[in-house]
Amino acid sequence: MLIKLLRRVLRPYAPLVTTVTILLLIQSIANLYLPNLNADIINNGIAKGDTDYIWRTGAVMLGVTLVLGALAVIGVYFASRVSMGAGRDIRAAVFAQVQSFSAREMNRFGTASLITRNTNDVQQVQLFLQLALTIMVSAPILAIGGVIMAVREDATLSWLLVVVVPLMAGVIGILLMRGVPLFRQVQVKIDRITQVLREQITGVRVVRAFIRGRSERDRFEVANADLTATSLNVNRVFASAFPALLLIMNLSTVAVLWFGGHLVDSGDMPIGNLTAFLQYIMQILFAVMTAVFMVILVPRAEASAQRIIEVLETESSIAEPVEPVEPARATGLISFDDVSFAYPHGERPVLHGLSFQVEPGRTTAIIGGTGSGKSTLVNLITRGFDVTSGSVQVDGIDVRKQSLERLWSRMALVPQTAYLFKGSVAQNLRFGNPDATDAELWSALEVAQARDFVAQMTGELEAPIDQGGTNVSGGQRQRLAIARAIVKRPSIYLFDDCFSALDAGTDARLRKALKAETGDATVLIVAQRVSTILHADHIVVLDEGRIVGNGAHAELMRSSAEYREIVESQLGVAAA
Amino acid sequence: MMMMGGGRRPGGPGGRPGGPFMGLGTPVERSKDFRGTLRKLVARLRPERLLLVLIVVLGSASVGLNVIGPRLAGNAMNVIFDGAIGRNLPAGVPKAVVIDQLRARGQTQLADMLAATNAVPGAGIDFGALGGILLIAVFVYAFASLFAWGQAYLMAGVAQRTVFGLRRDVEEKLGRLPLRYFDSHAHGDLLSRVTNDVDNIATTLQQGLSQLLTSFLTVIGVLGMMLWISPLLAVISLLTIPLSLVVTVVIARRSQKQFIAQWAETGALNGHVDQMHSGHALVQIFGRRASAIQQFNDQNERLYHASFRAQFLSGIIQPAMFFLSNLNYVGVAVIGGFRVASGAMSLGDVTAFIAYSRQFTMPLTQIAAQMNLLQSGLASAERVFEFLEAPEETPDRVPAVLPPVIAGHVQFEQVSFRYLADTPLIEDFSLDVRSGETVAIVGPTGAGKTTMVNLLMRFYDIDDGAIRLDGVETRELPRDAVRRAFGMVLQDSWLFAGTIRDNIAYGKEGATMDDVVAAATAAHVDPFVRTLPEGYDTVLDEDATNISAGQKQLITIARAFLANPGILILDEATSNVDTRTEVLIQQAMARLRHGRTSFVIAHRLSTIRNADEIVVMDKGRIVEQGSHAALLERHGFYRDLYESQFAEEVGAETLALEA
Repeated sequence: MLIKLLRRVLRPYAPLVTTVTILLLIQSIANLYLPNLNADIINNGIAKGDTDYIWRTGAVMLGVTLVLGALAVIGVYFASRVSMGAGRDIRAAVFAQVQSFSAREMNRFGTASLITRNTNDVQQVQLFLQLALTIMVSAPILAIGGVIMAVREDATLSWLLVVVVPLMAGVIGILLMRGVPLFRQVQVKIDRITQVLREQITGVRVVRAFIRGRSERDRFEVANADLTATSLNVNRVFASAFPALLLIMNLSTVAVLWFGGHLVDSGDMPIGNLTAFLQYIMQILFAVMTAVFMVILVPRAEASAQRIIEVLETESSIAEPVEPVEPARATGLISFDDVSFAYPHGERPVLHGLSFQVEPGRTTAIIGGTGSGKSTLVNLITRGFDVTSGSVQVDGIDVRKQSLERLWSRMALVPQTAYLFKGSVAQNLRFGNPDATDAELWSALEVAQARDFVAQMTGELEAPIDQGGTNVSGGQRQRLAIARAIVKRPSIYLFDDCFSALDAGTDARLRKALKAETGDATVLIVAQRVSTILHADHIVVLDEGRIVGNGAHAELMRSSAEYREIVESQLGVAAA
Repeated sequence: MMMMGGGRRPGGPGGRPGGPFMGLGTPVERSKDFRGTLRKLVARLRPERLLLVLIVVLGSASVGLNVIGPRLAGNAMNVIFDGAIGRNLPAGVPKAVVIDQLRARGQTQLADMLAATNAVPGAGIDFGALGGILLIAVFVYAFASLFAWGQAYLMAGVAQRTVFGLRRDVEEKLGRLPLRYFDSHAHGDLLSRVTNDVDNIATTLQQGLSQLLTSFLTVIGVLGMMLWISPLLAVISLLTIPLSLVVTVVIARRSQKQFIAQWAETGALNGHVDQMHSGHALVQIFGRRASAIQQFNDQNERLYHASFRAQFLSGIIQPAMFFLSNLNYVGVAVIGGFRVASGAMSLGDVTAFIAYSRQFTMPLTQIAAQMNLLQSGLASAERVFEFLEAPEETPDRVPAVLPPVIAGHVQFEQVSFRYLADTPLIEDFSLDVRSGETVAIVGPTGAGKTTMVNLLMRFYDIDDGAIRLDGVETRELPRDAVRRAFGMVLQDSWLFAGTIRDNIAYGKEGATMDDVVAAATAAHVDPFVRTLPEGYDTVLDEDATNISAGQKQLITIARAFLANPGILILDEATSNVDTRTEVLIQQAMARLRHGRTSFVIAHRLSTIRNADEIVVMDKGRIVEQGSHAALLERHGFYRDLYESQFAEEVGAETLALEA
């Protein structure tokens, strides 16, 4: 997955990536050339007492070093351009993709997860890329180059590499095989600790009310001991890593000196080559070590890449029609025509063969318990979901045949949980209508029964709102969300069970003012509270996805047993 | 279900970048009181002090042996060099004679060099001597690694045991903190202290301390060896240290600024992403998709520029250090070459020196990275210690004894209570609730109805007056005894991640399966649980969509049934419960209330009218109390509330009756 993602995003950067690789290649070769020069100094300079030679070779070494430094800086420059640029591109692609999603995809991933995928996961991949382009690529080059140079220096001694490198790889392999699964376990156990502690914090009243402090402590003790044992295991495995690798490297030098000594003695090897060989072998082993420790980063980046790819490869289920149909007249009529809907993996359909109309200039209410399919129904109008069979029409044309932007421009939604954006009250109200005047904002606030509290906020319309609207109360948030919908002046109002946070008095006043405001517009109210919908022109009663009542209150009290049951349960048996 | 909340962490900068390469450049949070916190952390290590001494001894021994290693290799190199030179000289002629001959031929340099060696003309390499040296080297290296392993192995134990104890203390502390602490601290921050910060301390203890020690000792040891071998070359090498420090500081200071900018831009971008994803449907329906993408792209571009600069600048440090180290290498090679040629130094000493100087820079950069790690660890430790030092609940007094069977007579006697010392809340409140009576607590949203729960359960202690339970003052009782007398069903039905059976059994320690089923049956839980494929073993976790909000509340009622308390505290559900379940909940609650003294946070007209006593609250205070009829007659707050909140329902009743 990581490879797939990188292939996809690195395409525009191919020339830069090639440049970085070539730069690293030159660097590595130059780096490997240094011990060679040093060997020359010993063989031709020191051993022959030729000081001029030492000077000349020293100057060459300095030159090589300078070039090396310059190349490295240029390499880092391009590597940073590539990795940060690729990070930026992935972020943009993920964000744009999510913007095209419908409610179905949003539900599938979950908002929190999409945020993580869009930010932290991209950061992981970006970090990996940066390290790959600076360190990881040069490690194999250094290792391979080191082997070539070492062999060139002395082929007879190179058999040592054949012993040492696999030995080292073996040690590291065992380490990774034992360590990485343990690392994963540690993560799982840390999550468990977090879960127990979170429950203790959020449920502190329940824990104390039921006097379960002791059993909570036992539960935690188990998790804590478990985590400690695994962490200890991991750390002990890694405790042996460094000393073992160090030992292999050090013993290699001893071996080189012993066997090299024999070669020097028999005259098969100049002594300078022996020192060079020593340095090459160090270089190779260091490179192998770095490369392997980098490999530890791969699983993490891989997991992130997987999560990013999932988003990028998810097609939105609300495709824009190829040839959108423009309705002849913007009537504001919503019709449900034998509509059924089932969730992708749901066993039972949520809605069964619904047929009804939501007419302009009237208030239509949908009532029913949780799980009766009320909110799903609203989502079918906004194309959060598409019907499984049948058809939902707005302005006389199936919503699936209309351009999304056109469809959405006709309606305003007040969702079940009000969400406000960071900014001022005014910015929030103008969300759907950037050109609204202050007077329009105030009048919308008036209707939404929000004028008084906004007037009391410091800064009034310019008063700051925190992300999500957390600095105002639930009821205030709900009323601001309603005002926001009014400012848009839509032809279709969709109120998705949004009056629940209001007390009954405010609820009543608001609905009265709203009635005057909406005029000829189509109004659809979804509710659980009978008092909210009692006076609607038209009530549709849903029960387990079927219409079990359709008409005005008085009529339904006679005709619908389910409706009567709802009224009884909320207003008391005596009421019926 | 409350455990669903708080699942999302604020979208801050991602996890700590790992590895020694990342140590520099990342802005590190610093502790306010470095020394004080360090002292406390050290105090926590006290029980391990014998092991810590052993760790230091092992570490020093390992470093010492490792430092000797290159010197031994250098000696071996000298033996080889001597042999290589001696082999080419005519055998049988004394060395002094050869040197004289060389001088006579004008090869003074070669003569000087030869004079400095132990070469024996005609003899090859002394393999006996070489083997001896290398054998010692093998032992030195083997013990160095063995000690290093022992050090790391023991340190793992010390670190993990210490953190285990710290975690346990933190958890126990949670049990002793007053409710006030939980209510006045953000849960997210609290959770982060007891989890992320503790983990961070673990990392610091595990990686930071012993490595810091090793690096420090290595620097000293290597420096000593370098000075011993050749003070001149050591000075050359030391020259590169201030140079590299200057380079690092200059670059790091610049890149630090860019890193700060990068985190700031990341935060801004994450904020935008968070909002746009959270308000997804709104963005679409209010026609803001294009502007959301535009704003994202602008922000993304800014982040790109900041992070590019940060990465590039911090990326220069590594090559710069590398360049300096190579420069040093060239210097040592050239000057060392001259010294050998002039006979002032042996070849083995030069090679040993090169090995030392290579070893010198690595621990230096590691110390910088480890100091950063230590800083961040101490910042975490400070937050954890702050938490551990928070004031605790007053200990229970010498316990009075409560009758084994609670009759349920509750008296409030001139009770006064305030959350904040200067904001009076409940003053002089008196109420006598006889066994089996129902008290309805009513008021608009946010009127502070939970304050009553807090006081009854002794989640908070009253400031003045007394609350008596069957005649015994609750402050004279252990808190657990008070709470055992009560059963509580709250609206946010707190369930933990576990099976339905475990969640119900939570009501009573040692509950049997029969007890659970009996309670579940009484609370109407049993029928729907039986429809679940796993039945009572169904696991409720964060994704549990298999049961509804109403069913969750039924489970908490079952829990209260199982606890079988003398007195009840109930919170009637307001919303998000479907009608049928609602009826079941009401029936279950009525059955639960039967014969028990009950305090009901009431939303339902029928409950309120049938209550023996109504306590009316507004803005956190008790404003009226009395029976329904008496309160209506008073024409006060209750009457207003009743008319505004329930008028419609009354209207509906009329309507319904007409129908």
